[in-house]
Amino acid sequence: MSVLMYGYAVWSPIVWLVALLVLAAIALYVRSRGQKRYKKGTAQTDVFLSGIQVPPAEQRHIPAHNIYWGFFEALKGFYSTMMRPHTGIINDYMLWLVAIIALTVLILVLTS
Amino acid sequence: MEYLTVHSPILIVAIPLLAAFIIPLLSRLGSKVRDTFNVSLLGFVTFLVAILAIDIYANGARIYTLGASVPELARPEGYMVPVRIMFQVDGISIFMGLTITVVALAALVYSLQFVKNETGQDRFYSLFMLLYVGMIGLVFTGDMFNLFVFLEILSIAGAGLASYRVNLADAVEGGFKYIVISAVSALLVLFAIGILYGQYNLLSIAALANTMQFNTLDMIALAMLAIAFVMKLAGVPLHMWAPDTYAVAPAGITPMIYMSSAASMYALYRVTFTLYGGQFDTMPIGWVVIILGVLSMFIGVMMAIYQTDIKRLMAYHAISQSGYMLLGVGVGLAVLTDPVALANYGRDAMNGGIFHIINNALYKGMLFLTAEAIFFRIGTRDLNKMGGLAHNMKWTTIFFIIGALAISGIPPFNGFASKLLIYESVFRFNPLLSIIAMFVSLVTLASFTKVFYSAFTGPEMPAYREVREVPKSMIIGMGIMVACIIFFSIFPGLVVDTIVAPATDALIDQASYINGVMGAAP
Repeated sequence: MSVLMYGYAVWSPIVWLVALLVLAAIALYVRSRGQKRYKKGTAQTDVFLSGIQVPPAEQRHIPAHNIYWGFFEALKGFYSTMMRPHTGIINDYMLWLVAIIALTVLILVLTS
Repeated sequence: MEYLTVHSPILIVAIPLLAAFIIPLLSRLGSKVRDTFNVSLLGFVTFLVAILAIDIYANGARIYTLGASVPELARPEGYMVPVRIMFQVDGISIFMGLTITVVALAALVYSLQFVKNETGQDRFYSLFMLLYVGMIGLVFTGDMFNLFVFLEILSIAGAGLASYRVNLADAVEGGFKYIVISAVSALLVLFAIGILYGQYNLLSIAALANTMQFNTLDMIALAMLAIAFVMKLAGVPLHMWAPDTYAVAPAGITPMIYMSSAASMYALYRVTFTLYGGQFDTMPIGWVVIILGVLSMFIGVMMAIYQTDIKRLMAYHAISQSGYMLLGVGVGLAVLTDPVALANYGRDAMNGGIFHIINNALYKGMLFLTAEAIFFRIGTRDLNKMGGLAHNMKWTTIFFIIGALAISGIPPFNGFASKLLIYESVFRFNPLLSIIAMFVSLVTLASFTKVFYSAFTGPEMPAYREVREVPKSMIIGMGIMVACIIFFSIFPGLVVDTIVAPATDALIDQASYINGVMGAAP
């Protein structure tokens, strides 16, 4: 079998697959040792949140726009700059095209 | 079999082209007849592409001249230059042909159920075949004017398919934006071809490459060609149309439109390496490609992680991944005239960039299909409204996980293999570029973790309690891509040695391309 040889055998996909299979086997074994005797649909399988009333599913799931909030807040300046060229107006896209062509011609002529 | 091998270049283009016009007639016999015909036809074309690939890897590039007494006859008797329409299929052409065909087959199978309840299906499949013809013709052609013709075919078909769901306003807008940027790009390409033809009286790529003098007019033509193709492949800062178009195209069409961007990338490489290669110091144009690649990677991924529309998020990731390809091949282009650097890391960088084309086509295409599978069942692309879909859409979840890990470059998946090639080789060219590439992979993983959490994990939503897994043909379509991803993941070295390295060699060896046409005797 051919593998991606880069001098680092640990990057071999075969090694990784074998490692994953071993880990999966260990995980399945540990899981199999768990408690099997429980009743689904009873208090045994209900969500427990330190005794407080469990909110409905929609409120328990964090919506996408809240994920990485801190990251986006820290990069607010960057994103406001990024959003400005993304106007959605096709005419602006054409202006970018003209500008980049002009720049490329300039680079090629100056470096030739 | 000899007949099929010799005539495969034209059959691969002509059969789907004819089918595009027959499909509306076949539709009269019923949808089952039409669907069976489509899948069988594309299956047969896949077989033709496979036998052509075997022939090319065994015997080298194949020329097919339309109208010649013998297809391999590049120049008519008494002529110093080729004048007929010609296909010249070398390592990089057949690499793209294989990629396009696999994606097309998966997309077609996926579309069978997806558009089942839509109207105008005969037009959908006709345009699908025309889109395939445009892409395959573009990567097989040996002359500039047919490159323009096939570029127009794929653009028009792609725009029609992007706006297929005319009841959705944003679909029409996406299709409109696609046709405008495509039309402008194609006109720039035509103008550049006009400049070259006006100077050299030639349209054949090999003949032009043999005669190229690289004067100021040629530089202007190069800039127009290169930037026109950069816009078609959605390279930053000419990328803004891509999320609008990719997000609204129907399920099986988004991977196909993405492949037409990859075909434009092939055209960029063909122009810079083959048409102009060796005539000038490639370092400046190489750095232009590298900078565009780095910008695409970084801006693409930073915009992607911000999105809450799942398909727009994936569209920005498509832009970001294109940056890896531009970076890898750009490094190869920059050191093309330095044999030592090319041998040390340039070739590996190109191998990485080209390997990334097929890897990305597979896992990005599949991720688009999973996104549309979600839309098919719950009717929204808004991540804020999703949650707990893993409870009911197990196959889609598994396919998404595989695609997300692959695109993030997590071993042992194929994305890791091509990215590792790029990281290591680009590091030797300029360490900062490699560090940026690794950072982008990190943010890619973060972005897909966000999608996985938002869409698939969490409690089962009451609104989605009745949601079921998608129909079988859609699972099969995704399964085709997953099977290829897993195969490429386990045997990356085999893939690189068999199909990627010949593609790299074909790009680097300009002389071979020229001699294949100019040196071919009657």
